Amino acid sequence: MWEYSDKVKEHFTNPKNVGSIENADAIGEAGALSCGDKLKLYLKIDGNIITDAKFQTFGCGSAVAASSVLTVMLIGKTLDEARKITNRQIAQELDGLPPEKMHCSVMGREALEDALKKYYQEDWEDLEEEVEAGSQIICHCFGVSEKQIIDAILNNGAKTFDDISKITSAGLACGRCRENIKTIISRYIKQEEKQVLTPVQKIIKINSIIETVISPELQKDFGDIELINVEGNNVYVRLKGHCSQCANAKMTLKNFVEVKLKELVDDDIVVFEEK
Amino acid sequence: MKQIYLDNNATTCVDEKVLEAMLPYLKENYANPSSMYEPARISARAIEKSRSQVADFLGVEDSKQIIFTSCGTEGANTAIKGVVAQFADKEKSNLIASRVEHPCVLSVYESLEKKGYKTNYVGVDENGDIDINSLISKVNEDTILVSIMHANNETGAIYPVKEIAKEVKKINKDTKIFVDGVQAAGKIPINLDDSEIDFYSISGHKFHAPKGIGALYIKKGTLFEPFMLGGHQENSLRAGTLNTPYIVGLGEAAKLAKEALSFELSEVKRLRDKLEDGILSQLQNAKLNSKAKNRVPNTTNIGFEYIEGELILLYLNELGIYASSGSACTSGSLDPSHVLRAQKVPFTSLHGSIRFSLSRFTTEEEIDYTIKHVPEVIKKLAKISPFQKELNELGL
Repeated sequence: MWEYSDKVKEHFTNPKNVGSIENADAIGEAGALSCGDKLKLYLKIDGNIITDAKFQTFGCGSAVAASSVLTVMLIGKTLDEARKITNRQIAQELDGLPPEKMHCSVMGREALEDALKKYYQEDWEDLEEEVEAGSQIICHCFGVSEKQIIDAILNNGAKTFDDISKITSAGLACGRCRENIKTIISRYIKQEEKQVLTPVQKIIKINSIIETVISPELQKDFGDIELINVEGNNVYVRLKGHCSQCANAKMTLKNFVEVKLKELVDDDIVVFEEK
Repeated sequence: MKQIYLDNNATTCVDEKVLEAMLPYLKENYANPSSMYEPARISARAIEKSRSQVADFLGVEDSKQIIFTSCGTEGANTAIKGVVAQFADKEKSNLIASRVEHPCVLSVYESLEKKGYKTNYVGVDENGDIDINSLISKVNEDTILVSIMHANNETGAIYPVKEIAKEVKKINKDTKIFVDGVQAAGKIPINLDDSEIDFYSISGHKFHAPKGIGALYIKKGTLFEPFMLGGHQENSLRAGTLNTPYIVGLGEAAKLAKEALSFELSEVKRLRDKLEDGILSQLQNAKLNSKAKNRVPNTTNIGFEYIEGELILLYLNELGIYASSGSACTSGSLDPSHVLRAQKVPFTSLHGSIRFSLSRFTTEEEIDYTIKHVPEVIKKLAKISPFQKELNELGL
């Protein structure tokens, strides 16, 4: 059971301004039947003032409440005031919405924008983004900013969309920000991986992985390995102990040594055996 | 205000007699049944009595095949993970389940997929019936497990689990069959001795025992790795101190449910049919989702076109009518019911699907009240919908 505020309850039990406006000056729509949410917003505009607003909504309690409160907010406002209404203001006007229901306020905002765009037609200009870099909201349902997502990647080790959702709740409701979040992740995860190593750093890293990860595994089978040379991404090693006579040495090289080095150092590494 | 509880597939009220049976074990008879002194014997005997009652309820002669669990989800996890743990070769594994299983099965399958096990799902037709031939065609020498529910929680559809078990074993006798019987127990007869089912899970709170107690039938001689490890309780098949009061409650509830079964199949069914017909006949936008050949007697699922389910529930709540919905908005995720989508319920009514589930405590008066008020709510909500043209054509 959702914890709806009294105001949300009041607005879905006795919604204000239900219906359509004949000869509306602007009609905005958001959502779709298939998604389980659809809002139709009708505006009557006189000069610069919204004189009437009505709505029809297919959706849950909070969707009806958000639509209803939006019409109340709009009536009497100038068009300039109306276009500045954010989804968070709609939610605030309802004394808040459960986090999972924030997308209902987003739908209200989208229907409003759609109506105004249709009204202004070619004169429509998007509001100038006045936000500082990084603080723009990526997930509108939960108000998660780009900064918070980057923080989750860099400081909490998030690697996938699911990780980001677990840490920030972003993307858990309507999921429309999923692709944007994935783009952000790919930007950062790649950067980290493509950290360019100097030739010496690379040799040191390869050697350390051979000594700490690969060699102990081979020693379990009474074998061992030694780094002979590194030329670019070509790594030359010598197998020792049992490994040197092992019929599966080539398998070991390709399926274990090379795989590990690719995973931990560079995707382009190729391993060669020095007899 | 009236309180009409029509969400008995979610949980049920505890029967007074069940509570009474439990109380001594919450008061004076508190000894740990595993202990060695006389009071412990009282607890141990009570547990064995309950085990027999549950066995009898499930049509099982040898009660050693029953272990107590905390819930249906534990039963599913125990059976599925326990069987899979016996097979080391992930590449050659083949796990089959229906697409309409409860999340306690589907989530376990998903987690096994991530570990490298191979899974195969079988769908349902537009009525919600399982295509047995399609299921059987997926069985091969690598099939280690088939999971199939006895009755569906959302639509009440009954699946032919005995027949499926028999056909599967004809192709691969080593394949284990897990049946989630949570929604069948107390609603239809169950006779496991007369079946080739290997695991069958039930949950007490669906048939008037409290929450937090369930049972798992494990066919004698079935190899599996126990899920709960620890002490030697339940022959080391399920460790953990035995929950005596709740186990006693489960036994009593099983006994009462067995006695009430014919009432369930006649009277509860009559009231359910009355409710269903009452709603469908008054509203042209009401579409029946519970269309399977066989159905448990207490459940109906109806989709209301062009009206959203959560909103319907909120309005019914104001009238004291409690039901549930498979709509996306009630689940916290964006996805509407996977069960209704599997049977291809159209989007027009998918999001407006409401499940009413009765119990032996539901009265005729309550059903009449619901039949009267549901159409009123739908008519009221139709006025808010942006699909006026479509609703007008349906007389709303």
